[in-house]
Amino acid sequence: MTAAAQPPRIPSDDRLKWALREALFAGLISFGMFVLYVGLETTQNIRNQLVLNQRWGLLAILVAIAVVGRFLIVYFIGPWFAARKAAKAAKTEVPTQSLLRRNIGWIALLALLVFPMAMVWLVGPQKSLKWVDNYGVQILIYVMLAWGLNIVVGLAGLLDLGYVAFYAVGAYSYALLSLYFGLSFWTLLPLAGILAAFWGIILGFPVLRLRGDYLAVVTLAFGEIIRLVLINWTDVTQGTFGVSGVPKASIFGIWSFEVGADNNFAKAFGLRQSSAYYKIFLFYVILAMCAVTAVVTIRLRNMPIGRAWEALREDEIACRSLGINTVTTKLTAFSIGAMFGGFAGAFFAARQGFISPESFTFHESAIILAVVVLGGMGSLFGIAVAAIVMIGGTELLREMHFLKTIFGPDFTPELYRMLIFGLAMVIVMVLKPRGLVSVRNPTAFLHERKAVSSAFTKEGHG
Amino acid sequence: MNAQTPLLKVEGVETYYGAIRALAGVDVEVHRGEIVCLIGANGAGKSTLMMTICGQPQARQGRILFDGEDITRVPTHLIARKRIAQSPEGRRIFPRMTVYENLQMGASLDNQTYFKEDVEKIFTLFPRLKERQAQRGGTLSGGEQQMLSIGRALMARPKLLLLDEPSLGLAPLIVKQIFEAIKLLNQQEGLTVFIVEQNAFAALKLSGRGYVMVNGKVSMEGPSKELLANPEVRAAYLEGGHH
Repeated sequence: MTAAAQPPRIPSDDRLKWALREALFAGLISFGMFVLYVGLETTQNIRNQLVLNQRWGLLAILVAIAVVGRFLIVYFIGPWFAARKAAKAAKTEVPTQSLLRRNIGWIALLALLVFPMAMVWLVGPQKSLKWVDNYGVQILIYVMLAWGLNIVVGLAGLLDLGYVAFYAVGAYSYALLSLYFGLSFWTLLPLAGILAAFWGIILGFPVLRLRGDYLAVVTLAFGEIIRLVLINWTDVTQGTFGVSGVPKASIFGIWSFEVGADNNFAKAFGLRQSSAYYKIFLFYVILAMCAVTAVVTIRLRNMPIGRAWEALREDEIACRSLGINTVTTKLTAFSIGAMFGGFAGAFFAARQGFISPESFTFHESAIILAVVVLGGMGSLFGIAVAAIVMIGGTELLREMHFLKTIFGPDFTPELYRMLIFGLAMVIVMVLKPRGLVSVRNPTAFLHERKAVSSAFTKEGHG
Repeated sequence: MNAQTPLLKVEGVETYYGAIRALAGVDVEVHRGEIVCLIGANGAGKSTLMMTICGQPQARQGRILFDGEDITRVPTHLIARKRIAQSPEGRRIFPRMTVYENLQMGASLDNQTYFKEDVEKIFTLFPRLKERQAQRGGTLSGGEQQMLSIGRALMARPKLLLLDEPSLGLAPLIVKQIFEAIKLLNQQEGLTVFIVEQNAFAALKLSGRGYVMVNGKVSMEGPSKELLANPEVRAAYLEGGHH
């Protein structure tokens, strides 16, 4: 609320009074909000009767958190932030970045390259599955999806709420074509990307004239249309039953990971059968795909088309008056963004071995978009960090058994996933309204490249 | 093209916003090497004429000829490629891109052949932009943004420069600076400029010829000196505010 706006110079007596009052209000509000949701719980007993449980203890905990939290924010954290802001403003010189910070991208890449091996070495092949697959591969899929969406939303400024549709197109392209025609992963990966790009153009045409909210609504509908087609076109897609038995990817056709195959990877090298090899292979595949996405995005940003995307995000009319064809600019943004979604989809199908429309709900689009926004639109590094925090964080929730000792044995942390997701978004948006990494490197410069901090500018037309 | 053909010829143009007629048959001519101004009150249709020349919206009646070629139905981005550059009303720079990138966007039609040279030229014309080249467009002051908007338009090496209200919301001193720069460009390089202004006095001082627009029609035209001296013009646009 007004905590940050309050000047830090007010006497501490007044501040204490003020903080206490704020805390009291926060307590009252949270009591009012939670009394019906948390304080009273309705369940059904065996005879299907509605039973009202009272949970005053839990309610008291929540209200106490609100009161204490508000007090701490107003009394300690708010002034601390204000003081820090003032100190920052006073410091005019832009600090030079340390060696570590400058090379963070390379360090991260190196860490990722050794990650699966390190995990196998640390916890053994069987236990490493969880870390390589549930954390590594899954996070990297989201990194790739978010980087793909970043082209559409972050660079070209076209708000796309139906991005998961292209993910679905890619996944179903791979699953169906490999099952019906026996084509291999490496043939179908580019094909899935091309098909998704094609659907990107199909979506792009009708929405050429739309911007902002209207565009968002149409893309949202598009995502739902694709999902409904997948559900109802049962002859081909088997509807809600999904497609199972999707073939695994192979090492360029030389070694296979199918258990019965003659050229099975484990057999060829005389290793013990384990699914760990396939997961480690998948990890490197998705890592390579992410690297390609990153390189392409960075290259495109330096090319005229990339700069045209950014200009389009800023001002469409000005773009046209400078001779930029906004139609092709938008369509390329949609199709290239969609293409990466398609690649990720094909990979997803090969990894899961089973896909159904359930995996491609609006919820997925929302998560991908949240990752892009949290990461700081346009920043590849920020988006990767956001994906690790969001996706890795929700996976970590499964591990937090100690929460059960606090909230009782029935407490399943996974169920609070979205609550925590939302809380994290609110916190990031309050503290860093432009996302985790909000520095944009100019693509054009005269003598030397200088990062432009968002602190120098306000949103919109200055 | 023969030198007698006007560079820009607007013939009986009518433009509508839905059912509302904003331009009711406008005729304007701009010859090579001229600075021509268009003055008029709020809502007279000045900016609409500027936008119609760029095909946004397109004229419903009449013709617009550029260098003898009909551009009435040509899409906006192709009109820009014929080297008609505009510094639009409200400047419309790219706020989150740096000054340098803004200039680069202006040159997006070129194959970067003259880029370095042109950037230096614009930095000499507006030294303030050079100081601020690594800064985001949105952080510039109004005057600097206007300089950037004109600079960006000039990067396209235009045959015709359209300026829509360059003095809007600027301090008189900055207006003077910008108008001097335009005059310099016109004298040194023979740049043809068509300028729309509310600041009638400054615009008439700058230009050789002028048009006065009232309710979507040109009501008066002639050499700027005569318009400046004309009692009607004086009464309507000049009295009560010499700058």
